[in-house]
Amino acid sequence: MGHWIIVLVVLPAMVAGLMVLAMRGDLVLQRVASVAAILTLNAIAWALLWSATVQGPEAYFLGDWPAPFGIVLMLDRLSALMLVLLAGLALAVVLYAIGSGWDGRGAHFHALLMFLLMGIGGAFLTGDAFNLFVFFEVLLIASYGLMVHGGGGERTRAGIQYVAFNLVGSSVFLIALALVYAVTGTLNLADLAEKLPALPKGDMALIRVSAVLLLAVFAIKGALVPLQFWLPGTYAHAPGVVAAMFAVMTKIGAYATLRFGTLVFPPDLPATGDLVGTLVLPAALVTLVVGAVGVLGATTLPRLVAFAGIGSMGTVFLAIAAFTPQATAAALYYMIHSTLATAALFLVADLVTRRRSHAGLREVGPAIAQAGLIAALFMAAAIALAGLPPLSGFIGKLLVLDAFRAEMGLVWPVVLGSSFLMILGFARAGSRLFWSPAATDPAPHPVEGLAFCATFALIAGLAVLTLLAGPITDWLSATAEALYDPAATIAANRLGQEG
Amino acid sequence: MELLLASLIGVLTAVGIYLMLRLRTFPVILGLTFISYAVNLFIFASGRLVVNAAPIIGTGDAYADPLPQALVLTAIVISFGMTAVLMILAIAGHLEAGHDRVNMDQPEDRP
Repeated sequence: MGHWIIVLVVLPAMVAGLMVLAMRGDLVLQRVASVAAILTLNAIAWALLWSATVQGPEAYFLGDWPAPFGIVLMLDRLSALMLVLLAGLALAVVLYAIGSGWDGRGAHFHALLMFLLMGIGGAFLTGDAFNLFVFFEVLLIASYGLMVHGGGGERTRAGIQYVAFNLVGSSVFLIALALVYAVTGTLNLADLAEKLPALPKGDMALIRVSAVLLLAVFAIKGALVPLQFWLPGTYAHAPGVVAAMFAVMTKIGAYATLRFGTLVFPPDLPATGDLVGTLVLPAALVTLVVGAVGVLGATTLPRLVAFAGIGSMGTVFLAIAAFTPQATAAALYYMIHSTLATAALFLVADLVTRRRSHAGLREVGPAIAQAGLIAALFMAAAIALAGLPPLSGFIGKLLVLDAFRAEMGLVWPVVLGSSFLMILGFARAGSRLFWSPAATDPAPHPVEGLAFCATFALIAGLAVLTLLAGPITDWLSATAEALYDPAATIAANRLGQEG
Repeated sequence: MELLLASLIGVLTAVGIYLMLRLRTFPVILGLTFISYAVNLFIFASGRLVVNAAPIIGTGDAYADPLPQALVLTAIVISFGMTAVLMILAIAGHLEAGHDRVNMDQPEDRP
């Protein structure tokens, strides 16, 4: 696909710059530019997906410096899939932000969203470990701005905790990268994959340390227990539309774990062995339980959704931890599903909280306008996230359970039990919100058709994921197979060849 | 040299972690800065410590690794920018809440 790979990083950056410099203060122009840019990103992401499927992995050499000396962007089926997911979610989020008026409550919403897309897209594309750090920082600094968008004391103070926590994560990431460089002398992922198997015995301990540190960083991003405690406060205090966009940010942790666990530290590497899987598996099980109990105990609707998001990350990490092609295909399917479902539920939560004076679930609230439609959307998203048929959460959990037939005794009760707790929590929240409001007439609220359309589009995405589950899982299985046979990906980097 | 650098990184990290665990935003920011100094030194050391050598091959018997120097520059710039963002947020939080405590649930807690 030639230079189209870099466009995914450059285009949002250019549009964001234009917005800040030339469209300052003109919200309509910003909206048009934002939607146009995201539509273009969608088109390019689908084209890249097609290219990665037909032509196989491809590397883009920035400045035409040969790897491992220059920086490479690496396009394969997994990164193309994540890009399509990102672009699709961004479209729904930007439409919701326009429809609900969130983007007008503070300056620079669209510019920050563009920088966030640049950072996330770059993180999915990069083939260089240090560049992954740089793109993490790009997306984090944009997310700090989005997190406190709209202002307010509580939100700012939650933002400080979020920033401080992630700064610590960045420091740990840098230490891990320095260790990798000190031992191997390279940071190119494909080059690492070639050099690590031949590592002398004396250096193995250092690589194990850096593998665990990297895992800790990805666990922070992916909200894996015991590093999940930043998430509920952050997501519950962030604007609802921003929280929906953040649904894809936790997936970066899962993506990076999968990328490093298959390419750099594969299970047959003598230095680390099955270290990554052994550490992630129990953490993922505890994450599932914490998420489910959190859903049951949450006192506000945004917190409930945040804990449901944590629980779904537990399922994703659980499937990744097995490190078999079958389980990885299940993880990818559940990852798509969980991104769409969590985002949809955050948007529903925002629809509800903007129509109520408070977001509490403990006390009976006032009746809300358009309650029937919102209740239907809430039910669809809750069914999907809890894993009930007919939506894709059921198929996703089925695939995960199927991949764990060997460890049925441990994994199945946790997955099924946590699903049950989630169903209880959602049912309690739904009946409290929609069935037992105070007997006053609802305060009038504008309908905001675009906001409803955006929420409905995410649910429709879940329905498509369910209806096309057969072809999609076939494609995902091929993707997972390619991850465990990275020879083509490594060859695309043309190591040791000039130009 | 190695002992000096290693103990310096250790002391900076220890100071940073101690300050980071305080309950007011200003010590937390100072602690994060100390940790980022320690990390910068650590990255610098990952290219091996060489005295009196240029980072260019062919200018002498030994040469210094130029890549960690480039990495450290990137890390310094990023941590500087992040600290600035955190500072702005902290000031905004201080102005809006009237105090600079980090914890959110019990505002009456003493730091």
